[in-house]
Amino acid sequence: MKLKGTEILMRVLKDEGVDTIFGYPGGAILDIYDELINTDIRHILVRHEQAAVHAADGYARASGNVGVCLVTSGPGATNTVTGIASAYMDSIPLVIFTGQVPTPLIGNDAFQEVDIVGITRPCTKHNYLLKEVEDLEKIIREAFFVAKSGRPGPVLIDLPKDMMNATINYKKAGPPQLKSYNPNYNPNIKQLQKVINLIKDTKQPVIFSGGGVILSKASEELAEFAHKAQIPVMGSLMGLGTFPGTDPLWLGMVGMHGTYRANMVTGNCDLMIAIGVRFDDRVTGKTDAFASQATIVQIDIDPTSIHKNIPVSIPIVGDCKAALKSLNKLLDKENTNGLKKKRTKWLDRIEQWKSTRPLAYAQSEKIKPQYVVEKLYELTEGKAIITTEVGQNQMWTAQYYHFSQPNHFITSGGLGCMGFGLPAAIGAQVARPDKLVVDVAGDGSIQMNIQEMATALQYNLPVKVVILNNGFLGMVRQWQELFYEKRYACTRMEVTPDFVKLAEAYGAVGLRATKPEEVEAVLKEGLSSSKTVIMDFVVEREECVYPMVPSGAPITEMLLV
Amino acid sequence: MKNDKHVLSILVDNEPGVLSRISGLFSGRGYNIDSLCVAATLDPKISRITIVTTADMPVIEQIKKQLNKLINILKVYELTGSEFVEREMALIKVKAKPEYRAEILRIVDIFRCKVVDVGLNHYTIEVTGTEEKLNALLSLLKPIGVKEIVKTGIIALFREMK
Repeated sequence: MKLKGTEILMRVLKDEGVDTIFGYPGGAILDIYDELINTDIRHILVRHEQAAVHAADGYARASGNVGVCLVTSGPGATNTVTGIASAYMDSIPLVIFTGQVPTPLIGNDAFQEVDIVGITRPCTKHNYLLKEVEDLEKIIREAFFVAKSGRPGPVLIDLPKDMMNATINYKKAGPPQLKSYNPNYNPNIKQLQKVINLIKDTKQPVIFSGGGVILSKASEELAEFAHKAQIPVMGSLMGLGTFPGTDPLWLGMVGMHGTYRANMVTGNCDLMIAIGVRFDDRVTGKTDAFASQATIVQIDIDPTSIHKNIPVSIPIVGDCKAALKSLNKLLDKENTNGLKKKRTKWLDRIEQWKSTRPLAYAQSEKIKPQYVVEKLYELTEGKAIITTEVGQNQMWTAQYYHFSQPNHFITSGGLGCMGFGLPAAIGAQVARPDKLVVDVAGDGSIQMNIQEMATALQYNLPVKVVILNNGFLGMVRQWQELFYEKRYACTRMEVTPDFVKLAEAYGAVGLRATKPEEVEAVLKEGLSSSKTVIMDFVVEREECVYPMVPSGAPITEMLLV
Repeated sequence: MKNDKHVLSILVDNEPGVLSRISGLFSGRGYNIDSLCVAATLDPKISRITIVTTADMPVIEQIKKQLNKLINILKVYELTGSEFVEREMALIKVKAKPEYRAEILRIVDIFRCKVVDVGLNHYTIEVTGTEEKLNALLSLLKPIGVKEIVKTGIIALFREMK
């Protein structure tokens, strides 16, 4: 059968189950767009290519599928880099198609030419430049396979314009065959048995759950394991939602802005079972002092995550879900009746940390940003999909919205990328039209991709944006207050648009609260609207996120309210 | 932790961009490359890259794991710690004034090197051997006057069982 490159592309995309693409057309990619409109694949036209990648990221996390982007060459391609880097750090499966100038022009500094394969080599799991149309299907199938298998990540395919126009005798290719890429899913059972023995012996254990648990869809297994073994659970930022935020065994987030009890548990535990985490510096603080009394077990599908930042006593390479399933089976063979009693003292001690130092903030006449998030949690009953921008808004959301389900908290964790929240909310809403999707933003970060309001409106996506508006780049200002003697160098946003008017200008609903007593009414009105809404909360200007562990300090040495 | 020399032998897909992935990995993560050699194997679709790096144990473990993560890398062997043969070749251009010519040739003879180019004022010497041998030769030639030197970097293979 004779087929054009573009026809093969569409055929394989359909075959891979792609129903939605986030993209932005341009010269080098015109042929693909010309073919795309002949298919039933839904295309979401964003307003900036960076947002296309963040939206695909939000889509992937809310749906559990691979997110797909389509952009043109040159600036279209370079604009995706931030989004790709963010997805790479957070291990999100994406396939990004970039247009490229025709093959004979590559290397000639042609119009809108850029070596995007070279640029994205360090921030993709893998990438390809198509050189023969005959390889097109093989490359696409490999890309999807690589993106979603093992430790997931973004994969980029660069498509020269002439390849898309070329016609070949098409023969369907088989499943991808990669010579050496073969992630190990099944953990070593002997290592797992060692963990079971430790669980029986130790008095002060803790489970540290991360994004890997979400990626391997292992939340149920985690809950079963924690309850069977009577071990409290703390989460990394990416691990929020892996374990019910209302469960008595839940400790909250650990790290720089973790809860007092989670950080104290880290310093005092004798066994840490880390599942799907990579011991980021924002979690560990001073590495020498991190869980220094504990035997550390680390379960991860990526061998490079093990022993990278923290030395581990029992490394276990494998899929989190498979490991937890096996651990649960092994526990079934043991007598676990005595475990609850054995942990009483430890759990009591944790309860004491919790009651003496709960998450807290001082009340005032101004709206407290924490209060807005608390109310948001209350009114949505913890069931909304929440995306965030980066900074204080992100940390307060992590602290005060008690996530209970996986895939409900969507944030740029590793890269910490401002401008992530709104496009990610758009992607999540596309994936889950049945869900309430809220972006918690700051007045700084919302402006980094505010243009995506138009995208939301074009596709009638009723995302809600909650702006915690303090007129500052809040987190940077916090560091300046605490570590730079209040020298607020360039963190004051002296001019900020009127977000209510801006919402209206886009055709959305704009609401504002300036006093604490208005917060609930504004949230109720905004959340119940069937339209896209911006809610502008004018909050306390110089509020800090506490607890805070200064950069490089031991995790148990916190600044508190 | 002790920083030791490690010889890595890496089989990779013989494709454009693969070397860049590896060198990018080393530079991006702050690892050292002391020397690097690339050429196709018997199978023209596969190349062998020999990298010599200096690192402590945790870092060398991380380097090997990171290399294994790259899709185009087929196999990573560490030769250090087992029996292997290593060789490096160098071309050394030595100043050869008449009064030193006999001396240079005597050194060439002792080290079993070859003179591959002769001029009125220079010899170019080809030498093959271990890093130690090359260094020993150089230390004798330097007082006489070395004009230029080029080295291939180390190549190495495991020893077979006898």
